Amino acid sequence: MDAQFEPLIIGFTCNWCSYRAADMAGTSRVKYPANIRLVRLMCSGGLDPTFVLKAFTCGADGVLITGCHPGECHYIEQNYKALRRVRLLTRILQPMDIEPARLMLVWASAAEGVHLAKEITQFVEEIRALGPLNWPLRTRVIEKPKQAAQLVEIPA
Amino acid sequence: MTTTNAKNGDHRIGVYVCHCGSNIAGVVNVFEVAKWAQENLADQGVVVSKEYKFMCSSLGQKLIEEDIQKEKLDRVVVAACSPHLHEKTFRGAASRAGLNPYLCEMASVREQVSWVTEDHELATEKAKAMVSGAVARVREHEELNRIRVPINASTLIVGGGIAGIQAALEIANSGFHVYLVEREPSIGGHMAQFDKTFPTLDCAACILTPRMSEVGMHPNIELLTWSEVEHVDGYLGNYTVTVRKKARYVDTSLCTGCGVCWQKCPKKVIDDKFEVGLGYRKAIYTPFEQAVPRFPVLDKENCIYFEKGTCKACEKFCAVGAIKLDDQDEVIKLSVGNVILATGYDMFDARRIPRYGYGRLPNVFTSLEFERMCNAAGPTNGAVVLRDGKTAPKSVAIVHCVGSRDKKYNTYCSAICCMQSLKFAHLVKERTGAEVYNFYIDMRTAAKDYDEFYQKVLEEGANLIRGRVAEVNDATLFGGEEGKLLIQVEDTLIGKQRQIPVDMVILAIALEPRHDSAYVARQFGISTNSSGWFTEKHPKLDPVATMTDGIFIAGCTSGPKDIPASVAQGSAAAARVVSYIEQKELALEPVRGSIVAEKCSGCRICNGLCPFNAISFDEEKYVSEINQALCQGCGTCVAACPAGAIAGTVFSNQQVLAQIEGLMRVPFHETQPAMA
Repeated sequence: MDAQFEPLIIGFTCNWCSYRAADMAGTSRVKYPANIRLVRLMCSGGLDPTFVLKAFTCGADGVLITGCHPGECHYIEQNYKALRRVRLLTRILQPMDIEPARLMLVWASAAEGVHLAKEITQFVEEIRALGPLNWPLRTRVIEKPKQAAQLVEIPA
Repeated sequence: MTTTNAKNGDHRIGVYVCHCGSNIAGVVNVFEVAKWAQENLADQGVVVSKEYKFMCSSLGQKLIEEDIQKEKLDRVVVAACSPHLHEKTFRGAASRAGLNPYLCEMASVREQVSWVTEDHELATEKAKAMVSGAVARVREHEELNRIRVPINASTLIVGGGIAGIQAALEIANSGFHVYLVEREPSIGGHMAQFDKTFPTLDCAACILTPRMSEVGMHPNIELLTWSEVEHVDGYLGNYTVTVRKKARYVDTSLCTGCGVCWQKCPKKVIDDKFEVGLGYRKAIYTPFEQAVPRFPVLDKENCIYFEKGTCKACEKFCAVGAIKLDDQDEVIKLSVGNVILATGYDMFDARRIPRYGYGRLPNVFTSLEFERMCNAAGPTNGAVVLRDGKTAPKSVAIVHCVGSRDKKYNTYCSAICCMQSLKFAHLVKERTGAEVYNFYIDMRTAAKDYDEFYQKVLEEGANLIRGRVAEVNDATLFGGEEGKLLIQVEDTLIGKQRQIPVDMVILAIALEPRHDSAYVARQFGISTNSSGWFTEKHPKLDPVATMTDGIFIAGCTSGPKDIPASVAQGSAAAARVVSYIEQKELALEPVRGSIVAEKCSGCRICNGLCPFNAISFDEEKYVSEINQALCQGCGTCVAACPAGAIAGTVFSNQQVLAQIEGLMRVPFHETQPAMA
């Protein structure tokens, strides 16, 4: 590949803070790379670890998890549960040959659009430097643009 | 509702791409996105895909409504702005066309694409991915109905300061029953301690006490003073609150409040609460003359009878036999539909800033001490004097921002201190004619008639010096300054260090969250910010509601406020509660978890995870259960259940997994030049 590698990143956001931070980034017209695609959850505490594994399986090169700052959770303290899960996940990813750096946790309040955009930009750069996820289970099909990618079923 | 409940594979989905004028269309090729969805997402069930200038306009909504009926759509995806802006709009459109509103999904291609992406081609591609994700997700949506819960018409108000009083009166005057719980012996709060109120300088007691007696006599208000909330159970419309009525040692059904008991009580105690240590009270007392209720409280810690076993002066002199020395705490349970927390604030402990000398240098006072001193009913009968109790000061320094706007203590502005300090400047001038120095960082007088008051104080000849005071000490150097306090400050307007000798220093101390605010927040299932103030549902648009339905906040619980703002919040919270009560039953968003009993292994991992105590364990069936009215839908239990037995609605695992798959159907251009 001559061209620079462009990673694809799935970001999980909390309905109350980081999704609104993304809204805020929009309204304040802060630019960040288009490499990230966001999924809305009600709370970072609602992040099932399989979501992360699913994202990697479907071809994501990195996964960003965002939530409310500690002590500011809409659901009182569920972001701490997200924090614990991310710690555990990081340990699970290593034996699966996924660099732990491909998973990142960022706190962003509803007012921190600029902060979120900055973190996204930095994460994209880090993953770009890390290169594509070298994982045999991956189903991401690298194709020329304008052709729809086909998902390959993973053998059970 | 007549929705074709199609199985996966034979859905009929409509995709609607909004231009938002040029907000989206200026960056994203909306025509291409709509065309792409029609062609490439047909296998996902997309049968219609359209773009339109303004989807949220009545014509745009009409377009969707017509398509739902004409094309028999069973799912709708709108690629437009953030769902926080228009999800309700499009759900409404779906609903009007006979489609369950929860079968509508939005892709935020404005906030997340056109406004944040420079490259048009990349933006168009990301928009396609997001539409694809939304289509995959909407396929997993299910028909949902809002959850209906009945509302108990009684309300609990915690805190009898001015905000709580206002809220109680508003609700009671609307004809509904109120329990007002106050932990002190009397209602009135901090306002009862003040002398004058800015900027009008009317006397605090004159405006507050009529309200207090109105509360005391109101047939719809049940006053529970000297009481504290112990436990809260339940959910919007159906809260059960356990309240501990502390032993008063006075039978309130007999007591007439005549006052003979505290006149005869031989034990004098320093009153460190109401008089902030400047005055005395008796061991049996009401905090102040106009206390509501008028019944006294016996302070067991200081009572001679409880110490030595003899005395009983109060009992002997009480004409009606109301003294009840064997009184016990009483625990009662209240059923209420809504709760208003008006728990107020604590004052910053000025000892935390040793260089200002409070507690070490006798003539350094706090703002609350000065308020009591100015009060005609206070310990000095309104005379402004030094700590010796007789000398009037010839010069007074008033230090603003003590404990506020300071990274070491509290970063926030306490909002009231500028005006309070200006009021002090006026009162000192008026009562002693002393020279007054105000040391401020910035002057914040932003409300009706506040700046006029500031101008007036300036005209009266107060010296306003811009600069944070570095130190207050008694190390006087020059003759004639003996016994004075030296203010060391940089006057930032002239750019010079100054030393100003004064007789008296008043520290305008910060307002802080109640020391137990975190505990109270946990009790009621609400959150606090990093300082400890309660968090509003929305800081601008919903300032008296909290994230927990049926729990409202008013006054300084959510941050420093002046009296008008606290009163306004009391009224606002009351209006919200009354509107809930009037509806008799409420519809809640169906974002909920539910446990599939057949799959539940009874491991109880979920039980401890729920912050709202919505999950209980049925010992008989050996499965966990979720109370639908308590559940707030965070999804933590859904994610934690090892058996996958908990289903979350609106944000189910199937929906999220499908969306991830959908998002990844559009690959990223591998050959694009690197983005900035």
